[in-house]
This record gives sequence, C-alpha cells and structure tokens, in this order.
Amino acid sequence: MAYNRVTPEIAAQLAAIAPGRVKTGEEISPDYCRDEMPIYGTGLPELSIDVLSTEEVSAVMRICHQNNIPVTTRGAGTGLVGGCVPIQGGIVLCTARMDKIISFDEEQFGVVTQPGVLLETLKAEALKRGLMYPPDPGQKLATIGGNVSTNAGGMRAIKYGTTKDYVRGMTVVLADGEVLRLGANVAKTSMGYNLTQLLTGSEGTLGIITELVLKLIKAPKLEISLMAAFADLETALQAVPKVFMSSFRPTALEFFERDILILSEEYVGKVVWPREVDGQPVQAYLLMIFDGDDLDEIDPILEKMTEFMLEAGAMDVFIADTATKINDIWTARSAFLDCIMDSYKLYDENDVVVPINRISEFVSFFTTEAGQYDFEVRYLGHAGDGNLHIFGVSNEMDEETFKEQIHHWMTSMYCMALQMGGELTGEHGIGHGKIPYFAEYVGEGVMQIHKAIKLAFDPKLILNPGKVC
Amino acid sequence: MNILVCIKQVPNTQAIAIDPKTNTLIREGVESILNPFDGYALEAAARLQDEHPEVRIYTLSMGPPQAEAVLRESLAIAADTAYLISDPLFGGSDTLATSYILSQGIQRICELEGISFAMIFCGKQAIDGDTAQVGPQIAERLDLPQVTCGLTCELVESALKVIRETDQGREIVLTPLPCLVTFTKPSFEPRFATARRRIASRKAEITRLGCDDLPGIDRSRVGLTGSPTRVLKTYVPQIGKDGIILSDFPLEEATRQLASFLREKALPSGSNQAQPMGTKEGDER
Repeated sequence: MAYNRVTPEIAAQLAAIAPGRVKTGEEISPDYCRDEMPIYGTGLPELSIDVLSTEEVSAVMRICHQNNIPVTTRGAGTGLVGGCVPIQGGIVLCTARMDKIISFDEEQFGVVTQPGVLLETLKAEALKRGLMYPPDPGQKLATIGGNVSTNAGGMRAIKYGTTKDYVRGMTVVLADGEVLRLGANVAKTSMGYNLTQLLTGSEGTLGIITELVLKLIKAPKLEISLMAAFADLETALQAVPKVFMSSFRPTALEFFERDILILSEEYVGKVVWPREVDGQPVQAYLLMIFDGDDLDEIDPILEKMTEFMLEAGAMDVFIADTATKINDIWTARSAFLDCIMDSYKLYDENDVVVPINRISEFVSFFTTEAGQYDFEVRYLGHAGDGNLHIFGVSNEMDEETFKEQIHHWMTSMYCMALQMGGELTGEHGIGHGKIPYFAEYVGEGVMQIHKAIKLAFDPKLILNPGKVC
Repeated sequence: MNILVCIKQVPNTQAIAIDPKTNTLIREGVESILNPFDGYALEAAARLQDEHPEVRIYTLSMGPPQAEAVLRESLAIAADTAYLISDPLFGGSDTLATSYILSQGIQRICELEGISFAMIFCGKQAIDGDTAQVGPQIAERLDLPQVTCGLTCELVESALKVIRETDQGREIVLTPLPCLVTFTKPSFEPRFATARRRIASRKAEITRLGCDDLPGIDRSRVGLTGSPTRVLKTYVPQIGKDGIILSDFPLEEATRQLASFLREKALPSGSNQAQPMGTKEGDER
C-alpha cells in the first residue's frame, strides 16, 4: 500500500487541531518509535500528536483519511509485540494524555474512562470506592486503552477472566473520522454483531478507542497468598489440573522454577522466598492467591488447599497473609520481566497458551528443542490458564544469528502448541512481531475473514498498517 | 531450653498518611502489624530452634484483646506457646510501667509453666513509640545481662554469642545465660509462616493474663497512674525543602558563596568553635 507523506501543509492543519502538541522530525520523542520489545525493531514517524479528546482524534483522522496517511495509535507503549511501533512511518497518535476517569457508577458497578488512564490508577481509584477492576496484567503502567486494544490478560484470569470480560462499551473513532458509540453499561446485549468485543483486542487496526465503559466488581476485603514448594517442576504442574477439581478457585495460580526466582530476587535485592525445605533445595513453586471477605471464609479454603498440595507432593506450603509479606513475595514475581530486560542484551518472548494438563510436556519440549541453539531459556507462567512466558535470551550472540535461531525455535513451539490445541498468544497480541506465525497458525480461511473485517473498517488501510493481518 | 520473645502489635507506620489539611495522622483503616523488630527477634529464636530442636519458643505480648492477632502470627511462624497480658488497668502504661508489667508477667509464666527462660528476646524498639527502652528495662528488672542491637546469635556451649550492630560496625559479645537480647534488622528476611502452622495457629489457645492473674503486682505502678511519662504535645514535623542550590555557579564561586553562607549562618560571630546545627525534635530514641 502506497501512503502519502506528511507535507508541511498537513502538519500545519494537524497543529491547528492540537496546538503545541504536534511534533515533527527530531522533536519527536524516541519513545514514540518503539515499545518494550526492541527485537522487533523501531519505526520512525514523520509526525507525532498528543490528543486530548474524541473530537481531536476525529479531526485528525479526517485529515489523515483524506490524505492517505498511516496512523499508529499508542498509549504508554508497554506492548511486547511491536503493536504500537509505526513501522510504516506516518503519524503516531498518542492517547496517553487522555487520562481522566470520567465517572464511576457505584450502583451499576461501572466506570467511564478515557483510554490514557493507567491501569494502576484505575485499580486504585476503584478500590477507594470498594470496587475492583479485576484484570491484572503485570505491567501496571500500561494504559487502559492499550489493555483493551490487546485484550490484556494477566494473573487473575482464572477466576476473573481477561480484559474483554470487563469491556461493556466504548467510543471509537473510525479511519475516516466518524465517531461510533458502542455498547452500554448494562450486563446483557444481543444486538447484532458484537462490535465492542471485535474492537477489543484489535490493536488499533480497526478504530481508535477514545472512551471506555468498563465493568467493575465489588472488591474482596482480603487476599492471602499460598506458596507451595516442590522438589521438581513436573510434580508441581501435575497438581494444577487437580486444583480445578476442588470447588475453590484461586484468583491466580502461577508457576516458576528456582533459577528464575533466584535471578529475580537478586535483581530486586531482597531474598524472601524459601529456597530450602528441611535442608532440601526447592526446585519449583506454585503461587496462589485466594480472596474473600473474611478469614472465616478463606481459612477453610486455605486448609483444604494446603492438604491438597501436600498430598500432591509439595515439600511444604507457606503463607503470606500480611500486606508486607504479600508485597514481598509478589515483588519478586512481578520483577521478572524487568529483570530479563536489564540482564540481557538480546531477548525475545512468546506467550503461548497450552492446555493446563500439558504444560509440563510443553516445557520439556521447548527446553529440549532449545538445546540445539546458543541462547539461554527463561520461562514462567500462569499455570492456572496454561499461558506461558517463554524467553530466549543472550548476551553473547550476534543479533542476526540470535534472530534466526529464535525464529526456528519459536516456529517449533507454535507448531507444538497448535498440535496440543493451544493458542499462539494469550495476552500480548500479534502486533507485527507475531505476524510471521499468525497466518500459518490460524489458516487461510480465518485470515481472509480478518482481512475482510479490516477492509470493512479501514478500506484505505491507514490504521496501524502492518499489524495483525 | 526455653526462649521468650516479647512482641508488640503496632500500626503499620508505612501506611500512615498525613492529612494535608489538618496536619494530623490519618489512623483510620491503617492495618495493625507485628512490630518488624520483634519479627527479627522471633526469627533469631526460630534459627536457634532450627539448630537445637529441643528449644521451645514462647511469645508474650501486652495490649488490647485484638493484639492476639500478632501472637497467632508468631505461632504460625515459629512460636510454640503464646501469652497475652491484657487488662484495661494496664492501658496508658509508659515504658517504665510496661516493663514492670511484662517482668511480672514473665515471672508468672515461669510459675504457670514450671519453667525458666534461658533467653528473652525483644525487638530493639517498636516502630510506633520508637523508645527502645522496654527491652533493657526488662533486663534490669529481672537482673539479666543484656545485649542490645543484636543481628544474629548462636549457642556456644552454655553461653550465647551475639553479633551486634554498632555505629562503628559489628561487635561480637559472649553472654552467659540467662540473658536478654534486643534485635535489630539483620541482612536476611524473617521466614514465612508455613500453611500448616498457620492453620493450627488460628485454633490455638492463647492464655490471657489480667491484673488479677499477676499476684503481687503493685497496682500503683501500672497504667497511667504508674507512668511518670507525660505526653504534653504531639505534632507532625514540618518537612521543609528550603535548601539553596549553588550548582549554577562555577565551582570556585560556589565554594566561596558556601563558605560565606556557613560563616554567617552556622557559626555565630565571635565563636571559633563549630556549634551543633540543632537537633531535630522527634529524633530521640
């Protein structure tokens, strides 16, 4: 697709829409050229614009549509698949400054918010009102608009679902500048195609989200974390499917191994996790959260889950029930991604999803496969939903060889995930980093529908070109 | 061999905010926690128990009935038996009265259990009062040798070897038993409660001792009446940022300005000796 360049005249028209918030050339922040996964490359926009309202976005899109200029929308830029990287140049439109929470509806458990509100802000503001926005992606400095655009998942998916389960409506600006209002703050809808859900996870390729109506729930008063220590990963993972047989659903159920914990704790500079039980080294951990309103409600669950874990072969089960302890244990878990990014020059990641009863088999597959390559492997995962985070990392390799080897390794993993009945990505999206694998994964028929939908929304293909399909 | 660990329930001072309008502490909704220094004392006892399984750990707290929560926490972490000293008569006790009540309580526990304590461990100080007086006062009242600011300890034959923190570094002290040690923050974190212990702790019996359960206690020496300390006023210290930054000037000029500033402000004229810049109130511990 041939696009036009941003002429000085067009730049002037855009500057009139957003005075003082349009940048060109070297004025453009380098942040607007990338996301948090540098391996997929950067892109240089001709112009960046920080928008403040739906009207501004609409006016910008009218000009870009008329002049056939590509527009890449971004929030905080914390994505991991190059989704907000302007690979075709053009304009970067940043919604991060649309950061107002417009209103809480405390009777109908909803919130209307602009897309630039940070996830941590939304969560904190909801909590002040005794409400909870349950989706819990690790990156709390992401914007809620970005979360919706990628259908971000996170650790609480097993009990509370992912972002899509909390999107009730949105205002969206289409490629030609038309403004649509989709959905409403009600629990049910059966009106034709569910466009709200279609836009959720569309990564800025179908429209630009300028306002969101999100569902909230009553916040549980208490949260307690259980850590089960195991002598090996396989025993730990075998316990996972059985957790679901119990009637107690944890809010989160994570797994990781000793090496990654030590790496992460060294990075954080605080050793809190038990590394030995009765003098024996712990090799793998399951980390669970249970929530509820009082101890009398949670205690029997903890008791049963502890017995259950011990029967499943846990060396011991530890508990964190004070704010300090809970913070301590989750700090190490949350720091993992930062730790990888700071510790290695080269890294790439996938977030495949496999059936929870086959995680162990999958881990053994990709670690064995990696044996033929020069990079190292780091991984952990949401054991409760089968969503893994698998990294290839290196400080020694040259970038080209690294990319080539990683490509072979990733391909083998995606083939295996497909065979097992899994998914290519659980929460990061396709962006352009996963495009090489997407078409093959879903097949021709699905891709054609994707392309037809894209054309229906954006016939000139100016919205986030080169992404998803 | 028995160890007694004295613990206190305190407000989580990290969670306390200051109301910008009234300049007072916002206490509502602030959780109560085990005083972190007492947590280090408990960890020190637990480490001795790891090495010497015959060691039994008792914990003792004084406070309102809800202070039971930290005793249950101690049971979940490492303690075998917990006692709570609680009586409305004890409310408002300062450190002198508190250490008196605790020492009476400790003697009573020994009678009730038919034991003696080889060691009494305390946190260096509580993060709410910050006095660091109660531990040493208990040692005085029970006529025990005391070591303050302990980091780690180990039994060496019939003595306790304590590594203690000092302003200069570290000091190794060997003390005969029985003794009292107060602990400060070591380089490691206290252990987590195991779930099994935590479950048992929720159902555990905690013996409560009131004034009537401490025969021989002198009632004139407890509570507000027994406390010579009077708090006349509390206030929130003002945090000022009224420094002067001289970095905009070349080094020589900045140095000259600083010297002249110090000469004017910090060294009153006629004085050749450096004067202390004044101590910050609230810094006393």
